[in-house]
Amino acid sequence: MGGVLRIILQRLFLGLLTLLVVSVVIFVAVNLLPGDFAEAILGQGATPEAVASIRADLGLDQGMVVRYFSWLSDALRGDLGTSFAQANFASFVGSSANLGGVTVADQIAPRFANTMFLAGVTAAIAVPIALTLGILAALFRNSIFDRATNILTLSSISSPEFFLAYILILLLAVVNPILPSLSNIYDGMAFGERLQKTLLPALTLTLVVTAHMMRMTRAAIINLLASPYIEMARLKGLSPLRVIVVHALPNALAPIINVIALNLAYLITGVVVVEVVFVYPGIGQLFVDSVKIRDIPVVQASCLIFAAAYILLNLLADILSILSNPRLRHPK
Amino acid sequence: MSIWLQIVLALVAIGLGAWVLRFAGQKATGNKPFFRDMPISVAFGYVLGAAAVIWGIGFYFHPGATFFRWAVQGFVGFAIAAYVFRLFGRHVGTQGTKKLFRGMPLTASFGILTILIYAVVAIFAGLIAPYGQEEILGQANVVPGGDVAFGGNPQFPLGTDQIGRDILSRLIYGAQNTVGIAFATTCLAFFLGGTFGFLAATLGGWLDQALSRSVDVLMAIPALIFALLLMTIASVWSTKLGIPLTYFMVLIIAVIDSTRVFRLSRAVGQNIVVMDYIEAAKLRGEGLAYLIFREILPNATAPLLAEFGLRFCFVFLTIASLSFLGVGIQPPLADWGTMVRDLSQFINFAAFAPRVASAPLLAAGAIALLTVAVNFVVDWMLHKSSGLKE
Repeated sequence: MGGVLRIILQRLFLGLLTLLVVSVVIFVAVNLLPGDFAEAILGQGATPEAVASIRADLGLDQGMVVRYFSWLSDALRGDLGTSFAQANFASFVGSSANLGGVTVADQIAPRFANTMFLAGVTAAIAVPIALTLGILAALFRNSIFDRATNILTLSSISSPEFFLAYILILLLAVVNPILPSLSNIYDGMAFGERLQKTLLPALTLTLVVTAHMMRMTRAAIINLLASPYIEMARLKGLSPLRVIVVHALPNALAPIINVIALNLAYLITGVVVVEVVFVYPGIGQLFVDSVKIRDIPVVQASCLIFAAAYILLNLLADILSILSNPRLRHPK
Repeated sequence: MSIWLQIVLALVAIGLGAWVLRFAGQKATGNKPFFRDMPISVAFGYVLGAAAVIWGIGFYFHPGATFFRWAVQGFVGFAIAAYVFRLFGRHVGTQGTKKLFRGMPLTASFGILTILIYAVVAIFAGLIAPYGQEEILGQANVVPGGDVAFGGNPQFPLGTDQIGRDILSRLIYGAQNTVGIAFATTCLAFFLGGTFGFLAATLGGWLDQALSRSVDVLMAIPALIFALLLMTIASVWSTKLGIPLTYFMVLIIAVIDSTRVFRLSRAVGQNIVVMDYIEAAKLRGEGLAYLIFREILPNATAPLLAEFGLRFCFVFLTIASLSFLGVGIQPPLADWGTMVRDLSQFINFAAFAPRVASAPLLAAGAIALLTVAVNFVVDWMLHKSSGLKE
C-alpha cells in the first residue's frame, strides 16, 4: 500500500505545482494589459494625483513580483480582492477606510455553489444514462440500435452548446411549456423549484457530455471483447449481458472513470455558454460579464477557480485510474 | 390519467407485443434461429422501435408539429442527397475514387457533400448572395419563408433581421467569415504546433523538455476560459493599437489549439524518429529540414489529417462560442455565432409563429451541420485507417 500512497502524493504534488505555475501564467497575462487598472478606471481625463492615489490604494505602485506574491497569499486566505464594478475607492469618497463594499469572494461564492449544483444535477442525470447506453451499444454492437446511437451521439458532441440549448428551449419551454426557459435561481429557493429551474440547462449539458462518456464506455468494453478470457466466458455459455457486465466491465473501469472525471471537469469549466443562454446565475455568467466590462479582479479570480477545478478533477481521474488498476497499484 | 401511469402502461403493452412477436415469429418460421434465440429484451427493442416509427409517422401529420415536420423533411432530404451523391461517386470519376465511394457509409458521403457545399458557398459568397452583408434594406424583421400572408416578403426568402439586413445574404457571407477565419486559425495552429512538435521529437533534450512542460501548463487551463481571459486583454490592446480584434482572436485561438497539435505531432514524430530509415538518413548526413519535411512529415500525414478535421471543429466551435458571447468576430462582419445571439429572442414566438422562431435556428444549425459533417468524415477516416471491424 505504501507504493500507492507515494504515487498519489507525487501526483498531488505535481498537481499543486501545475496550479502554482498556472496562477503565474494568469497573473502575467493580466499584467500584459496596457497601462494599469488605475488608468483604465479613470479614463483619459485623469489627473496624475488621482491615478497615483488609486495606485496606492490597490498596491499597484509596487513591483510585479511583490504584487504576485501578495495576490497569491491573499487568494490562499480566501481574499480575492475587490471587483472594479463594486469598488468604492477611498480617494473618491474622501474617507480613508473602506475600500470597496462587496469583495470578489462574496460575489463568487454563491455563484460557485450554483454552478456546482448545476454540474451535480447534470452528472446525476448523465452518468447513469451514459453507462447504460454504452453497455447496450456494446452488447448490440453493429446493430441498427448501435448505429443510430452512434449517429445521434456524434451529432450531439459536434453541435455547439447554444444550438442544443435553443432546440431544447424550443421543444420543452416554448412549443410545449413544460419547463421554464429562464433559470432565475435565488437564495432560499425551495429545492423542488430550484431543481425544476435547473433542469433545462442540466439537460443541455447532459446532451453534450453523455455522448462522449457513452462512446468511451462502448469503446473500452469492445476493446476487451477480443481478449481470451472473454472468449472463455462465452464458451462457458454465459449470456452476452453477463459477459459484458460481470467480466468485461470491471476491466474497462479505468478508462470509463477517467472519461467521467474529464467530463465533470468539462462540466465545471464548459458551462459558460449554457449559463449565458439560460441566464443561470453561475460563475460562468459572472465570468463572461466581467470579461465584457474588463473587470480584471473578477476575471482573474474566476479564471483561477476554473483552472483549479479543472486540474483537481484531472488529478482525481489520474488517481482513480491508478487505484482501479492492480498493475499500477503494485508497481515493480 | 397521470403521465407516469401512461408510460408504465405503454411499456407493459410493448413488453406484451415483444412476447407476441417472438412467439408468432417462432410459429410462422418453424423455429428459425433468428426467432428461437431472440432474447425478450431484443424483441422489446424491435417493438419499441416500431412503435416509435409509427408514432413519428402519426405525429408528422399532426397540425401542431411544424418543427418536427421540418426536421423530418430535412433529415430525409439530406439522406436522399447523400445517397444520390454516393451513387454519383460510384459511377463517375477515376478507378480510385470509385473504389473509395464503394465502401463508404452514408454518413461519410453526407459529410463530404456538406463540406463541398460549404466550400463552394464560402468561396463564391460574393456571387451567390443577393445582397451585401452590411446592406441595410428597407424592412426590418421580415418573417422567413417569403409568404406574404405570414408577414414574409418574396424578395427576402429567409427574412431580414432586427435592423433590416437580409438573413440569407448574411448566412452566405457568414460561411465566408466564420468558416474562413476558423480554417485560417486551424492552419496557423497546425503550422505552430506541427513545427514545434516535430522539432521537439527530432532534437529531444532540453528543447523538448522546455516545450513539453510549457505546453503542459497551457493545457492545464481550460481552452475556452483561457481564450476569454486573453480576449479581455486583447480587446484593450486592439482599441489602443487600432488593430481589429479578429486578428488577435485568430492568434490567441491558434496558440491555444497549437498546444494540442504539439502533443500529437510530438508523439507521432517520436514513433517515427526511432525508425531505421531515419537513422539511415541521419548517417547520410541529411539536415534537420530534410529530416522533418521529407522523412517525418510524409509518414505522419494520416493521423495529422484526422486531427486537422477534429481541430477544425474545435476551433470553429470556439470561435462560434466566443462570437455568441459577444467577444469574437466583431460586427459589421456577418458571422453565425453573432447572428444566433442577435436573433435568439425570436425563439419565444415559436408557439404561435414557427416561421419567426426558425431565424436563429438557421444560423445555429449552419454551425452544427458543418461540424457534424466534418466529424462524420473524420470518424469514417479513423475507422478506415484503424482497420477496426468489430
